[in-house]
Amino acid sequence: MSQLATNARVVRALGMRSLRQTFRRPQLIAPILIFPTLLLAIQTGGAGGAVDLPGFPPVQSFLQFMLAGAMMQSLMLAGNSGGIALAVDIEMGFTDRLFSAPIPRFAIVLGRLAGTAALGLFSSLWFLAIGLVFGAEIESGVPGALIVIALVTTTAMAVGGIGAAIALRTGKASVAQGLFPLVLVVLFLSSAFFPESLMIEPAKTIAEYNPLSFVVDGIRNPIIAEINASDLLDALLAIAGIVVLGLVLSARALRHRLRVG
Amino acid sequence: MAAIAVQGLERAFEDVLAVQGVDLEVDEGEIYGFLGPNGAGKTTTVRMLTTLLLPTGGRATVAGHDVVNEARAVRASIGVALQEAALDPLMTGRELIRLQATLQGLPGEEGRRRADDLLERVDLGAAADRRVGTYSGGMQRRLDLAAALVHEPRVLFLDEPTTGLDPVSRKTIWEEVRALNDEGTTVFLTTQYLEEADQLADNVGIIDSGRIVAEGTPESLKAEIGDPHIQLQIAAGSIVEAEEVCARIGKLLPPRDGRTVLVEVANGAADIPRTVRALDEAGIAVESLELVRPTLDDVFVAKTGHHLEGESAEEAVGA
Repeated sequence: MSQLATNARVVRALGMRSLRQTFRRPQLIAPILIFPTLLLAIQTGGAGGAVDLPGFPPVQSFLQFMLAGAMMQSLMLAGNSGGIALAVDIEMGFTDRLFSAPIPRFAIVLGRLAGTAALGLFSSLWFLAIGLVFGAEIESGVPGALIVIALVTTTAMAVGGIGAAIALRTGKASVAQGLFPLVLVVLFLSSAFFPESLMIEPAKTIAEYNPLSFVVDGIRNPIIAEINASDLLDALLAIAGIVVLGLVLSARALRHRLRVG
Repeated sequence: MAAIAVQGLERAFEDVLAVQGVDLEVDEGEIYGFLGPNGAGKTTTVRMLTTLLLPTGGRATVAGHDVVNEARAVRASIGVALQEAALDPLMTGRELIRLQATLQGLPGEEGRRRADDLLERVDLGAAADRRVGTYSGGMQRRLDLAAALVHEPRVLFLDEPTTGLDPVSRKTIWEEVRALNDEGTTVFLTTQYLEEADQLADNVGIIDSGRIVAEGTPESLKAEIGDPHIQLQIAAGSIVEAEEVCARIGKLLPPRDGRTVLVEVANGAADIPRTVRALDEAGIAVESLELVRPTLDDVFVAKTGHHLEGESAEEAVGA
């Protein structure tokens, strides 16, 4: 078996373990699926009239608008949960088992990210299903849905890279867990839950430059309208930026961890 | 070729030198006991030998490969069961061993077969599909050991494999270690238990404050300390006379209290009858008598000035 195939098997096995770990630990799965679903229900039920505000983008329903925000929240928390789970592995010594195996050490991080990507995939399918069940339409049809799924999956992996870097650098689940509120703050300062055009300063300017706004607009666009190449490109560039940041930070943190033991 | 060869190995953590110029050699097929109290540098040494920590000085090879420059080849040759079994409580035993097989590059079918065989070998077949979090301490240790064996490593590192286990579980692990060694596996075993090193190890290295203070077979180390001694409990009022009598039989050792006489004897148990006769003829009543052979703790005391197990026990209580 070639080295590449062996490494791919390792990444797959670690990804599967990561996925099992998430579904077997309620405190990891709850923020990824249950909280965003509840928030989606509360917001669409309580603030549905927002669609009538002047300047609100043309949408079929508030639920249709909110689906991208819910997916974004879910994938951000999936990335954060991945970081927490990796930090728990470090605390209980499980990463020593992985580091003492004859595998490339980046495969350990990639395995974790593969699990986070799978959670992103699951999250996108979950929220698309909820949207469809409750009457939201995907305006750009199946191609649009596939774009949504791809963007959510890759963004989850990208955000997971930053979560992994924090876990590797600190080795403490409490630190990774402490970032939970920060994730929500960054998310609320984007266009995830409210259109940028209706925000007031300084939130409006922050949201305008927040990379998450580019991603969420890229996810939202195929749901509420026809596919827009420019929005898609912006989203891909923002995701690429997060991927690069996550990879650089993870690589540095991994080197640090191996140096200090 | 030595299975493990270490020269001048050092590891500093900022200003603290945790391992200070360790030299040791472990032959193929040997069980090497690395003995020392908590904080002596055992685990730091093992982490360097298993490529989990970079040395800050010196050199080490494991299975013929340099631990720094050929780390991956080292990792392919070793099995590692570290202190505090590094297990995921949410996985089942079977999932863990199969994951380990994948990490070691075993093809799917072979990995599954090895996993099943090993689970049976460590008597976890019936519990294989239960989550590890439900296992007892002994079961977790056995699972950890099985995971370390999945690729049939040439060198097996066991870092305090029986710490915290009950006597029965400890004995089971010892039997398994002996069986593995009989099959040709070199075992590097760290322990803070004297009996464990005495029972299992072909050679023992004693480490204290990051330095090797003694090395050799358990028997040769104990022989360095001296002959066995007879410990006599004497009735009150006769201690001076008893010491005079015993001084004619062997060398008197410093007494522990006002009622005990310790006399070193060259012939061990063979010297007991004449000692009893001499005391009886002098009219001295002996309340109890025991032949005490030198232990590795005596070796440890002689080399470091303090006891090994007493300190560990105190730390355990303190923790």
